[in-house]
Amino acid sequence: MRAQRTESRVHGRYLRHSKEFPNIWCAGCGIGIVLAAIIRAVDGLQLDKNEVAMLSGIGCTGRMPVYVDFNTMHTTHGRALAFATGLKMVRPEMKVLVVMGDGDALAIGGNHFIHAARRNIGLTAIVVNNATYGMTGGQSSPTTPTGVRTATAPYGHIEQPFPVAELAVTAGAAFVARSTVFHVRELEQYLSQAISKEGFAVVEVMSYCHTTLGRLNRWGTPAEMMRRLRDDSLTLKRAESLSEAEKQGKIVRGVFVDRDLPEYTQLYERVIERAQAERV
Amino acid sequence: MPARLMQGDEACAEGALAGGCRFFAGYPITPATEIAEILARRLPQVGGKFIQMEDEIASMAAVIGASIGGAKAMTATSGPGFSLMQENIGYAAMAEIPCVIVDVQRLGPSTGRPTSPSQGDVMQARWGTHGDHPIIALSPSSVRETLDLTVQAFNFSERYRTPVILLMDEVVGHMRERVELPRAETIKRVERPVTTVPPEWYKPYEDSVSDVPPLVPFGEGYRYHVTGLHHDERGCPTDHLEKIQAWSDRVFRKIDSSLSDIILYEEDGIADANVLVIAYGATARSAWHAVKLARERGGKIGFLKLKTIWPFAEEVVEHAAARLHHVVVPEMNRGQLVLEVERVVARNKVHRVNRTDGEMVHPGDILAAIEERIL
Repeated sequence: MRAQRTESRVHGRYLRHSKEFPNIWCAGCGIGIVLAAIIRAVDGLQLDKNEVAMLSGIGCTGRMPVYVDFNTMHTTHGRALAFATGLKMVRPEMKVLVVMGDGDALAIGGNHFIHAARRNIGLTAIVVNNATYGMTGGQSSPTTPTGVRTATAPYGHIEQPFPVAELAVTAGAAFVARSTVFHVRELEQYLSQAISKEGFAVVEVMSYCHTTLGRLNRWGTPAEMMRRLRDDSLTLKRAESLSEAEKQGKIVRGVFVDRDLPEYTQLYERVIERAQAERV
Repeated sequence: MPARLMQGDEACAEGALAGGCRFFAGYPITPATEIAEILARRLPQVGGKFIQMEDEIASMAAVIGASIGGAKAMTATSGPGFSLMQENIGYAAMAEIPCVIVDVQRLGPSTGRPTSPSQGDVMQARWGTHGDHPIIALSPSSVRETLDLTVQAFNFSERYRTPVILLMDEVVGHMRERVELPRAETIKRVERPVTTVPPEWYKPYEDSVSDVPPLVPFGEGYRYHVTGLHHDERGCPTDHLEKIQAWSDRVFRKIDSSLSDIILYEEDGIADANVLVIAYGATARSAWHAVKLARERGGKIGFLKLKTIWPFAEEVVEHAAARLHHVVVPEMNRGQLVLEVERVVARNKVHRVNRTDGEMVHPGDILAAIEERIL
């Protein structure tokens, strides 16, 4: 209880009290858990709120920044990473957090996602993966598992999903991790590592939408779906000892990559030095 | 400063630097690529930043992100890229983020005929993004004017917290002319208004006396929210109808109440004219040539060159055409800005000269249209 009270005091220091609460998310939604974990990670790193920006795109996750007392920007659908790239270029000293849903980050914003990773620009991309378009009522998203029923796949989804973390590794991100909204301490740890990272860092957070996907597929109550995140997930270390068949349908949690690569805005400082040296 | 042979796109890049531009994001497209290439070289020399983005949507987004970070920011493109930028241009209008978008027009629609000149994006510059919003668009007709209007575009964007579109065309962009460069100290730069209130009182969308509330960059201790949703004075989303209406009224008022500052034009011989020619961009060069030829033949021809095309120079046109029966409007499109002239002047007095095959409107065609009215 004492720990809980201390944590809510931490959250209170970062929430925007001028903003009318409660938030817009459904009861039981995991996005609030992600927001709280981000706050604790930022608090743990003792960052100055003035030096933190949080940008988002459109969708349920897109509504996150307005609640938190940073420099916040709710941009257009899919484009948050591109907005953040401009901000980071002119304010390289800022910690720029970009929160996105899976549709936002990987369908309409998929191009920006892979290019931000390729550039290794120092942004923290937090992808809340609910495997659907929650705000518009549960349509298929680029991470909807094959066979699942959605509002636009009433006979079952026939496409294969993007593995977000693996995609980010291949595209060149410096740090990539995956966790779930059930594994809150682990999530907080990964967020802290990601925010500390100089280069492009991705944290994928599994948080299935119970209001839309859960109901359409009869996955049970929010609490039951939360237990499913516990039961259907395993650590990267454990996954390594299993066959492909045994891993089928499981969420693999862990740090997929943590590597030192030159960060884009720091490389651009060298460009400025070269340009000014050549001019003289 | 000495005279130089300079290309229009180069003048745009130099004008951007002179106007204080310190960030450019773009994507290659003819006939605007030179602007990006020059700024890729020049911006880091002055401590600015250049980035080639993955597409024009991202370019426009990065420009807005850089502007909220405090840099004067610009992108440059042509028709196909301008289409892709429209959603984020609307975001800049909604969130009132200063930025400059250069569209070096080429013949469309679609890929069209790369890269022949056109003035086909006039209406897109006004209404390309969805929803009611104010916009400023300037259109240069020479290399030197490109330099001056690029500076002006930055000044307007900062003064009015609005996206400003510089509507060039392939002729002006690729043409080379001898240009007397202005001395640096003669160039007037407008800086973003600063706030005098402490962070806890700051409202980025305050309905203030000037209608243009100061915009404090991110990272300077004023933490606030920016959104493309309709918002209140603090920037937070709102469903209150009176606040939504107040925003709409204010952003239109901030432009409408400053038309005398924003509307730029040149006029010649209007007082005793029988026929008035109204033109802008590269077509103004053909038009001016035709006016001189007609005058040599004894015609009393007035000439009005519009440098600001949005907002439309209603009062200027109305006044210039008041006692005239004939107004000739040549354009490298099927008639876009002429719709505004017809609205203000009366349709039966307005005569169109159009061309949409990728060639300039020739002076001879405009001259013929003028002489048809005199004889």
